Amino acid sequence: MLGFLKELGMYFILLGKVFKRPDKGKLFRQQLVFEIDKIGLDSLGIVVIISIFMGGVVAIQTAFNIDSPWFPVYSVGFTVRQSVILEFSPTIVSLILAGKVGSRIASEIGTMRVTEQIDALDIMGVNSANYLILPKVVAAMLINPLLVIISMFLGILGGWLASTFTGLVMSAHYIYGIQLDFSAYDVFYALVKTVVFAFLITTTSSFKGYFVKGGSLEVGKASTRAVVQSSILIILFNLILTQMLLA
Amino acid sequence: MIEVKNIHKSFGSNHVLKDVSASFEQGKVNMIIGQSGSGKTVLIKCIVGLHEVDSGHIVFDDRDFTSMDYKQRKNVRKEIGMLFQGAALFDSLNVEENVMFPLNMFSDMPREAKIDRVNFCLDKVNLENVNKLFPSELSGGMKKRVAIARAIALNPKYLLCDEPNSGLDPRTSILIDNLISEITKEFNITTVINTHDMNSVVEVGDKIAFIFRGQLWWEGNHLEILNTDNKEVNDFVYATELMKKIKK
Repeated sequence: MLGFLKELGMYFILLGKVFKRPDKGKLFRQQLVFEIDKIGLDSLGIVVIISIFMGGVVAIQTAFNIDSPWFPVYSVGFTVRQSVILEFSPTIVSLILAGKVGSRIASEIGTMRVTEQIDALDIMGVNSANYLILPKVVAAMLINPLLVIISMFLGILGGWLASTFTGLVMSAHYIYGIQLDFSAYDVFYALVKTVVFAFLITTTSSFKGYFVKGGSLEVGKASTRAVVQSSILIILFNLILTQMLLA
Repeated sequence: MIEVKNIHKSFGSNHVLKDVSASFEQGKVNMIIGQSGSGKTVLIKCIVGLHEVDSGHIVFDDRDFTSMDYKQRKNVRKEIGMLFQGAALFDSLNVEENVMFPLNMFSDMPREAKIDRVNFCLDKVNLENVNKLFPSELSGGMKKRVAIARAIALNPKYLLCDEPNSGLDPRTSILIDNLISEITKEFNITTVINTHDMNSVVEVGDKIAFIFRGQLWWEGNHLEILNTDNKEVNDFVYATELMKKIKK
């Protein structure tokens, strides 16, 4: 328990160093563009693949499970839309990004720590936490919602492709279903979750990397811990935010 | 000048530095020597503020570093160049960007002037046509030279080196030693080198501090260290067969 509280304290002290005004605005902007490319555009491929298949699987499962005359056929489209927007795109995509982006951040910063590159920054008088972590946090909080919006679109498209190509649902019924009772607030809720998850992924992973002690073995362990803890936090905050925003 | 006054540093129950006091003079190559685990690296990390001392003072030209706040320390740190054991070059930046990094961070020079300064610093360490290479493409000695170039980019008043010769062959070690010595004299820098390489001590050491079990055990110059009666210093200096033969 004492260890947990100590770690929590170190996390908030680190955040205090991260959220300071950057030493040089121009360098911060350069780093931000670089991180948007690394965190966002490099993750686009996996988000596209996962989203299309995720939507397709939800559509097929729903179609098979509502094989009853009491359920209208258009409910396949409705269920796919609701599942993808409310849960699958923001949460599953964030969990995937926690693995991909979180491990990259923890190992990158951890390697910089064990090879004394962070010490070199500190000795120069650079706020190393701010210089290294802030662009990653801001980049993820800007680009992840965009990835999730793309994921929502592709998930629903994947559901349509799976439904119509397998002949389970007619295209017109599916399109009717995805338009039924649409609430923009659901998208807002999903994007709020995504921004919070992006913050959790980048700060947790950076924290794990920043305080690595030892060598390459410890960097690997920190990277694993970053992914595990980010994923647990995403699941925990998913519950909290859902209760706060939907209940 | 850098002065270390009565500093103590512990890690848990391990009392690493015990009442260490020393002064490191401007325009001279000051060396901290001692066995592995004697507290040399901890001392140099305390001097630059990477470790907080438990008690005592570190003074940079009459400015007490230990009692400064973050902003004041930041201003002093801009005057410090540091060469790390593993060079600590930024992997994601090429040589030019590495040397230019402190200039980008702390100067408002136009880009052309920065490139001129980078080329001047690389020229000082005898490196040519390496500007676009990444650290992974450099040899150990080249990495150290790039790190020296980066350390002197902002015209530092103080240059601190943590085992600059570790992992280098004897010829490259001498080259690095001479480079540091030349830069120290030319720019009148206060240089502190942490090493256990006796060859470096004899080659370029103007002032030597011997640390033994966390205490300042002996001080002198490179001639005095070869003729001292101090047992611990002699055990360290003449530990190798080569040095024993030279003594005979």
